[in-house]
Amino acid sequence: MNIARQDKRVMLLTADLGFGVLTPFAEAFPNQFLNVGVAEQNMSGVASGLALEGKIVFTYSIGNFPTMRCLEQIRNDVCYHNANVKIVCIGGGFCYGPLGISHHATEDLAIMRSLPQIKVMAPGDLSETRLVTQMAYETAGPCYLRLGRGGESNIHQNALKFPLGQGIPLIPEGDVALLSTGGIFGNAVKAQEMLATKGVSASLHTLPFLKPLDEGLIEHLAQTSRLVVTVEEHSVIGGLGGAVAEVLAELHGPKAPLVRIGLQEGFSCEVGDQEYLREIYGLSPVAISQRVKAALQKSDQIGQLRNFNKSLFEMQEKIQNIQILLSEFGQVVSSDAKGRIQEALVDLKWSVNNNELSSQIR
Amino acid sequence: MDTRELALKIRKHAVMMTHRGRSSHVGSVLSMADIVAVLYGRILRKRHDDPNWPERDRFILSKGHAGAGIYAALAETGFFPVKWLKNHCAPGSKLCGHVSHIGIPGVELSTGSLGHGLSVGAGMAYAAKIDQKSFRVFVLLSDGECDEGSNWEAILFAAHHHLGNLVAIVDYNKLQSLGPPSETLGLEPFGAKWRAFGWQVKEVDGHDHEQLIASLDIPVECGYPPTCVIAHTTKGKGISFMENTVLWHYRSPQGEEFEAAMAELKEAIIA
Repeated sequence: MNIARQDKRVMLLTADLGFGVLTPFAEAFPNQFLNVGVAEQNMSGVASGLALEGKIVFTYSIGNFPTMRCLEQIRNDVCYHNANVKIVCIGGGFCYGPLGISHHATEDLAIMRSLPQIKVMAPGDLSETRLVTQMAYETAGPCYLRLGRGGESNIHQNALKFPLGQGIPLIPEGDVALLSTGGIFGNAVKAQEMLATKGVSASLHTLPFLKPLDEGLIEHLAQTSRLVVTVEEHSVIGGLGGAVAEVLAELHGPKAPLVRIGLQEGFSCEVGDQEYLREIYGLSPVAISQRVKAALQKSDQIGQLRNFNKSLFEMQEKIQNIQILLSEFGQVVSSDAKGRIQEALVDLKWSVNNNELSSQIR
Repeated sequence: MDTRELALKIRKHAVMMTHRGRSSHVGSVLSMADIVAVLYGRILRKRHDDPNWPERDRFILSKGHAGAGIYAALAETGFFPVKWLKNHCAPGSKLCGHVSHIGIPGVELSTGSLGHGLSVGAGMAYAAKIDQKSFRVFVLLSDGECDEGSNWEAILFAAHHHLGNLVAIVDYNKLQSLGPPSETLGLEPFGAKWRAFGWQVKEVDGHDHEQLIASLDIPVECGYPPTCVIAHTTKGKGISFMENTVLWHYRSPQGEEFEAAMAELKEAIIA
């Protein structure tokens, strides 16, 4: 509202949604508001035309309607022309839980992130929403804002001032690095607290900017933590988890393993409200903290296994050395002693091989 | 510039460009050549040395596959050198098959996927209306393109907002990608549909320059219904063996066919 009051170039287009919510805007700024009807393709095309004439246009709808329904208009008309259009999605993730899969926005981040020119933003609380809205307004060119459904709490204590693309620390240090994007931030905070009570120290960063992504932060965390965990109310394919995986795959040198927490392959076809669906699909604070602990345990086991394999390898090397010594100093050693040494070596080899086998089975 | 002379030049360039670039859609360019020539030679207010002049009329080629025709018109009216046309569609060329704005002065909107231009044009016309600007917006569509539902969203929108500064021109050559619209997805009664959606409709011979000028030179006034000019045309117009055939939607003129096409255009008399 403040932005629209100060800048008459700002326009808000809705595809016939936002009952009650948009009324104050429509009444205060009738010349800057336009309900285009239930027609998202036309809304995106009209938005491009307005933007090419100098307007700063926010398009508004819910779930997948402002993105997928008109994806080609966004790609060709908005992004290719670098048009000053800000696409606003209300109801990211499972916000519209009981309404069913048509209203679950669970692939939008992956799809929008793959488009050229566009900036992708998924705020985690009200302060972040204020931050990214201001950023979207100030940044020329296309932006995608994936919001919740309203009624979100304030998690950050103070107003945020961060440049575009920077991750925001809530808990800067820890053994495990938790990364969250969008409205699931609240659950990530609770999971972090639960982990702390169980003796697991975890850092927590929220990434309201998925594109551009804070690659430096991700690399740093991967190099200094035991585990990197992404949490998102979105498919694990192509969203935050996918984006972080891309960064880590290209990072050279030792780095922490990655755990992607989100909706696994498949539609979210269970019926229930957002909280219920988060629980079903492993996004409750308890489920997140359990996943982290299980992953830590696994990585501990893998670490132990690595050490064990390392000592086995060293043992094999030693056996080889003894054999070399035996062949070089064969004449000096009595044949009886040689026989006994050989027997001992056979035993040793057998037990090394056996251990190798059993470690593989494990 | 004489619009008939310009139309002939566009046709010659189109045959040459699709020949050299081994590209498609020469039939689509030939069918709209007169419409484009009348627009660029007579109707559009524009400045070739100031392509972004704020008061210019906006023109969008929504049937982006006929991009060669717009490039030819822009080059012939001074927006960029005619020699740019020579390597159309060749590796490293500035000019791709479907019209693109990047690096090309005078192109208002990149298109290629059908059913996009009218919405964007309606957005521009809406902006002109609320900002009380005096430019007009012209959008050229194909008949087959009108199968796309997005057009009908835009048609509803433009009528609802009385975008009298918006003109949709349909190049109604009655041949779409695989056959005539009547056998694909019937458009008739076509004019009545636009009228029922709240547009004023003019039906003209799309190769008759007087009729085209009379129908397109609309005053700049909003608050009236938008205008649809249904231009009845012949696909492949001007080259006898390309006329009314689907083949030349795709085929690139080569060898004897290229020679024959150029010979016909050489002999064409500007009436």
